Amino acid sequence: MTMPFYKKVVLYLLLSVSAFFIFAPAIMALLMSFMPGEQILTGTIIPKSFTLEHYRQAFERFPLLSYLTNSLLVSLLIMAGQLLLSSLAAYAFVFLEFKGRDALFFLFIATMMIPFEASIIPNFQTIRDLNFLNTYTGLSLPFFAMAFGTFLLRQNFKQIPKELKEASEIAGMGDLKFYLTVVLPVAKTSLVTLGVYGFLSAWNMYLWPLLATTDDSVRTVQIGLKQLQSQEQLNEWGVIMAGGIIVVLPTLILLFLGQKKLQKGLTEGALK
Amino acid sequence: MNEAAVSLGSDAAKLIEKAKKQRRTKNLIKGLLFLLPSLVFFSIFLFYPMIRTVYLSFFLTNASGAPTVFVGLDNFAQIFSSPLFLKSLKTTFLFVLYTVPGTIVISLFLAVIANEKLRGIGMFRTIFSSTMGISVAAASVFWMFLFHPTMGWLNQFLSIFGVEAIGWLTDPKWALLSVSISTIWMNIGFTFLILLGGLQSIDSYLYESADIDGAGYFYKLRRITIPMLSPTLFFVVTVTLINAFQTFGQVDMLTRGGPQNETSVIVYSIYRDAFVNYQYGTASAQAVILFVIILGLTLLQFKLGERKVHYQ
Repeated sequence: MTMPFYKKVVLYLLLSVSAFFIFAPAIMALLMSFMPGEQILTGTIIPKSFTLEHYRQAFERFPLLSYLTNSLLVSLLIMAGQLLLSSLAAYAFVFLEFKGRDALFFLFIATMMIPFEASIIPNFQTIRDLNFLNTYTGLSLPFFAMAFGTFLLRQNFKQIPKELKEASEIAGMGDLKFYLTVVLPVAKTSLVTLGVYGFLSAWNMYLWPLLATTDDSVRTVQIGLKQLQSQEQLNEWGVIMAGGIIVVLPTLILLFLGQKKLQKGLTEGALK
Repeated sequence: MNEAAVSLGSDAAKLIEKAKKQRRTKNLIKGLLFLLPSLVFFSIFLFYPMIRTVYLSFFLTNASGAPTVFVGLDNFAQIFSSPLFLKSLKTTFLFVLYTVPGTIVISLFLAVIANEKLRGIGMFRTIFSSTMGISVAAASVFWMFLFHPTMGWLNQFLSIFGVEAIGWLTDPKWALLSVSISTIWMNIGFTFLILLGGLQSIDSYLYESADIDGAGYFYKLRRITIPMLSPTLFFVVTVTLINAFQTFGQVDMLTRGGPQNETSVIVYSIYRDAFVNYQYGTASAQAVILFVIILGLTLLQFKLGERKVHYQ
C-alpha cells in the first residue's frame, strides 16, 4: 500500500521539525566551537568565520589528551570485564542445569533493584581502603558484574540448539571449550551489542569518576569537562564547547555505527 | 532367571541414579564456577555496600566514615525533621513528575513518526537516537549555554516576541523545570530507540487486516499500536522512573542544587552530606530512603505490569 501524498508531506514536516529540535543543542555546540569568541559574545547563531583556536586552547590549557586516554582505557576495561562476566554467567543459566539455579537467577534480577547511587558511600570506602583511588582499577572494578548484560546474552544463548550441546558432550567436549569455541562465536552479534552499550555507558559515567579521582593522573574526560566548565572564565564558551564536542565525538561515532544492532539487541534483552 | 533380571535391572537403575547424581553435583560445581566472578563482584560492590549503608545509617561516623556511636534511628529522625531533606524529597518527586511523562510522550511520538517506511528515515532515526551518545557532562554544557540569561538561544528566541529574559537556572521558580527539560532531552535517545524497536516487532499482519476493515490512523494507533507496545512501554517507564530517582550529573553541572536548594534532588543531597559535609550517617539514612523508594516502585511496577501489560 502506498502512502497518500498529503500524509507523506505531514510526516516529513513532523520529522524535520522534531529533528531540528533534537539536534539543535549539539549543532549549536559544534558551531560555537568553531566560532571566534567575539561572535559568540554578540549572540551570533550562524558563524561569519571559522577558527580552530578554541580546540587549540582546550588541548593546550587542559590535559585533554591524557583525559581522553584515561576514558578510553577505563571504558575498554569495563567493557571487557562486563563481556567476560556476563557471558560466563549467561552460559551457566542456559547450558548448565543444577539445583538452586533459579534462586541464583532471581538473585541476579534482585541486583537490578539496588541503585548504585544508594550504595555509593561504602563503595567509595572500599575503593579507598584498597588504595584504589586514582587508579584504573578503582574506576572500573565496581561495574564488572552486570545483570542486564547477563539477561541479554542469556536470551541469545537460548537460541543455540540444545542438540549442539548434547553432541558436544558425546564428543567429549568440556564446558569451557564449548563456551569458547561454539557459544561465543555464535553469539558474536550480541556480544558486540553489549560491548557497544557497555562502552557508551562507561564513557559517559559521571558520579563515580568524580568520587574515585582526586588528581589528574587517571581523571576521565567527563570530569575534565566539568573542570573546564567551572574553571574557565564565563566568556570562554568557545573553548568549553570545543571540549564538549571532543567528549561526545567518540560515542556519537560509535552510536551511529552500531545504532541498528544496539536497538535490536537492547529491545530483545529488555523484553523477552 | 526372573529374579536375576530384576536384580540386574535394579542394579542398572541404581547405577544410572548414581551417575545422574554425580552429573548433578558436577554441574552444580561447574555452574557455580561460571557464576562465581559475577557473584563475587555483586557481593563486594552491591550486596555488601547495601547492607553496610543500612548499618551506617544507625551510627554517627568520624570524618573518614568509620562508625563511632550507635544512635539507633536518630539519623532517620534527623533527616525527616530537616527541612533540607524534606525539600529534596519533594524536589525529587517533582523532578520525576516532570521528566518521566515528558520523556515517554515525546519519545513515543518520535518513535511513531519514525516507524514509517519513508525515504531517508534512517537519518531521522539516527538523529532521534543521538542524545543517547551524549554524556551528562557534555549535555549539561550545551544546555548551560542554551539557558544563558543574555546570550542563550532560549532567551534570544523569547526576546523576538518581546518576552522578558528568564533566569532559567537562577530563578528558583524556573530552575527545576530547566533541569527537567535538559534531562528529558538527554533521555530521549535511549527511550526512542527502545520504543522504535518495540514498534518494529509488532506483526504487520495486524495492520493489514485493520486496513482491510477500513480502520483509520488513530484507531489503529489506539487499538493496535499502544496495546501491542505495552510491554515495551512498561519497560521504558520503569527504566526512566528509576533513572530519574538517580539523577545527579546534570544537577551538579547546571545548578549545584541551587538556587535556594530548588534543584537539590536526593542523590545530590546524599553526595553533599557524605562527600562535602562528611556526615556519612545521615547520608546513609538518605540512601536507605532512596533504596526503599526504588525497591517499592520496582515491586509496584511488577505487580501492576503483570495485570495491565498485554504480552504477545
